[in-house]
Amino acid sequence: MNMIVCIKQVIDPEAPPASFKIDPSANKVVPPPGVSPVVDPYAEYAVEAALKIKDAVGGKVTAISLGANQMRDIVKKPLAMGADELILLEDEAFDGGDSYSTAYALAMTIKKIGDYDIVFCGREASDWNAGQVGSGVAELLGLPSITLVKKIEIADGKAKVERVTDDGYEVVEVSLPALITVSNEIGEPRYPTIKGIMAAKKKEAVVWKPGDIGVEPSQVGAGGRRTKLLKLFQPVREGKCEIIEGESPEEAAVNLAAKLREAKVL
Amino acid sequence: MAEYKGVMIFCEAVGGKLAASAAELLGGGRKLADDLGQELSAVLVGSGISGLAKEAITFGADKVYLVDDPLLKDYQTDSYVSVMEKVVKQAMPQILLMGQTAIGRDLAPRLAFRLNTAASLGCLELAIDPQSKLMLQTKPVYGGNAQAVFVCSAFPQIATVRAKAMTPLEPDSSRKGETVTIDAGLDLSAVRTKVVEKVPEKVEGIRLEDAKVVVSGGRGIGSAEGFGQLEALASLLKGAVGATRPPCDNEWVPAGAQIGLTGKIITPDLYIAVALSGSSQHMSGCSGSKTIVAINKDAEANIFREARFGVVGDWKKVMPAFTSKLKELLAG
Repeated sequence: MNMIVCIKQVIDPEAPPASFKIDPSANKVVPPPGVSPVVDPYAEYAVEAALKIKDAVGGKVTAISLGANQMRDIVKKPLAMGADELILLEDEAFDGGDSYSTAYALAMTIKKIGDYDIVFCGREASDWNAGQVGSGVAELLGLPSITLVKKIEIADGKAKVERVTDDGYEVVEVSLPALITVSNEIGEPRYPTIKGIMAAKKKEAVVWKPGDIGVEPSQVGAGGRRTKLLKLFQPVREGKCEIIEGESPEEAAVNLAAKLREAKVL
Repeated sequence: MAEYKGVMIFCEAVGGKLAASAAELLGGGRKLADDLGQELSAVLVGSGISGLAKEAITFGADKVYLVDDPLLKDYQTDSYVSVMEKVVKQAMPQILLMGQTAIGRDLAPRLAFRLNTAASLGCLELAIDPQSKLMLQTKPVYGGNAQAVFVCSAFPQIATVRAKAMTPLEPDSSRKGETVTIDAGLDLSAVRTKVVEKVPEKVEGIRLEDAKVVVSGGRGIGSAEGFGQLEALASLLKGAVGATRPPCDNEWVPAGAQIGLTGKIITPDLYIAVALSGSSQHMSGCSGSKTIVAINKDAEANIFREARFGVVGDWKKVMPAFTSKLKELLAG
C-alpha cells in the first residue's frame, strides 16, 4: 500500500490564548515569541491513520509539507513517527496561498509521485480551519474522496471506512486509489520513538520548487488564490464575570446557587 | 451569456422533515437575497423529498429546485456533487449556501473546485458588501482565536454556515413559490463509493443540542466517575452533559458529548462550565449560551473572561454543595 500524507507546519494551537496576537496592517498572525511551531495536530491524525494501515498491511508512507521557513526538526516528525519519506514544497512562491492554490500545488506533487493507493489529509488545519484542501486535491486528481474518517480497513483492494456524521457514523466502501480526510476520532497519534527520532535525523527531506512539480510560481501560493482575505481580527470579549465568594468552596457554592436563583437563571 | 443571479440554499432533510439548518439558512439567505434585490431559491436533493418543497417556501424560498431520485437516498460525494453541478449550471445562483454539517462540509469544497470557484466553510456571518455587492464571509480561524472575512469574486460564491448562526423566519403557510423539478441524470458507474451501514449514536435523555441547561466538564474532571457528578446535576436541572476534547479523547464521556469547533455547537439558556479552562476552540461551541457559569480553581482561567458568574474553587468541593443547594431551592 503506497500512501501519501499531506501535513503542514503551524503556530502551536495549544499556545495560551493570551499569547495570540494579530498584526492588523498585514492581516497576519504574529507567531508568539518563544513558542515553537508544531506539525498541525489534524495532520498528525492523518499520519497516524496511514501508519495504522502500514502496521496492518505493510506499505510505504510519504509525507508532503508545503510552506515557507519549514523547520526541519518540526516537519520531520512524521518520519520520526514511522513515515518513510518526506517531500518539502519549499519556496517563497508557495507562501500566502488559500485552499485552492494549496490543493493545486499538492495535487501536482502527488501527480509527480505517481504511484499511490491512498492520499491522506487532516479534516482541516488548525490555522485557517478551511477544511477544503483534501476535497480539492481529490477533485483536481479525479479521485473519490471520503471526508471526516475515524476508522479504516483495507480489504480486496478497497478501503472500508467509518465516516463521522452529524448523528453518529456511517460505514462506506471506496475503491482505490482514493483520498481520505481524517478526523480526530481516529485516536491519539503515536509518539515518536527514540529509534524513530534518530532515523529521522539521518534522513534528508527532498525539497521541491514550483518548477519541480511543473507549475509556474504565479499558480501557487498567493498568486494562485481564488479568495481574498479582507480582514483578520480578534473578537472582543465583553463578558464581566461576577465572582461569588464564600468562606469555603462549599459556602461559595451555596452562594452561587442562591445567586442563580435570585438572578432567575434557574 | 446568462447572468449569475439569486441566492440558493442547499436544504438538508432529517427524518422526513426540513433540517433545522435548512430553516436557519433560508432565514439568513432571505436577508441576503433582499439586500441584493434578488430571488431566494432552495434545492432539495434526495429520495422521496418532494413533499418538503412547500415547507421550504413557508420558510422563505421563492423557488424550489427538486431533485428526487431513489439513487439519492444516501449522501455520496460523487452523486451529490454531480447533481449539484447540474443544478447550479441550470439555475446559476450568485450565492450558494449550505449547513456546516457532515454533508455540507463534504459537498461545498468539492463542488467549488468542480465549478472553478471557491468556498468558505463554517461561516458565522454573511453580508452583502454595499459597494461590490459581493458576499462578505466571516468565519472563525486559528481555532476561534481570530475571525477572518473572505470574499470571492468567482460565482457562485459558496459558503457553509455554522449551526445557529442564522435565525429562521416564522413559517408562513400563505407564502407562494414555484417548484422546478430537475432530473438527476446520474451515471451510476461514476459513483465510486457505497454506503454499507448507518450507525446512529445512542443518546440517553435529552440531546445536547436541545437541552436548555448544559453541565460541561474539562480535563480537570479527571475520570468517568467524576463526570457522574456532572450527570447528577444535569439530571436535576433536566439538562445534558457536555465536555471539552480531552474527556472525549480519554473516553470518560462519549465522543458525541464534545462541544467546540471540532464538536457540537450549542446555545443553551444556561451553560455550567466545570473544571475547563475555556479555550477558544471550546468556546466556539458554547459562546452563544445565554448565561455561562464557571467553576474552576484557577482564577486566571480564560473561562472567567467568558462567564457571567463564577466560583474560584476546587470543583470536587464546590459541586456537591452547589448541587444539594440547588436541589433544596428547586424543591422549595
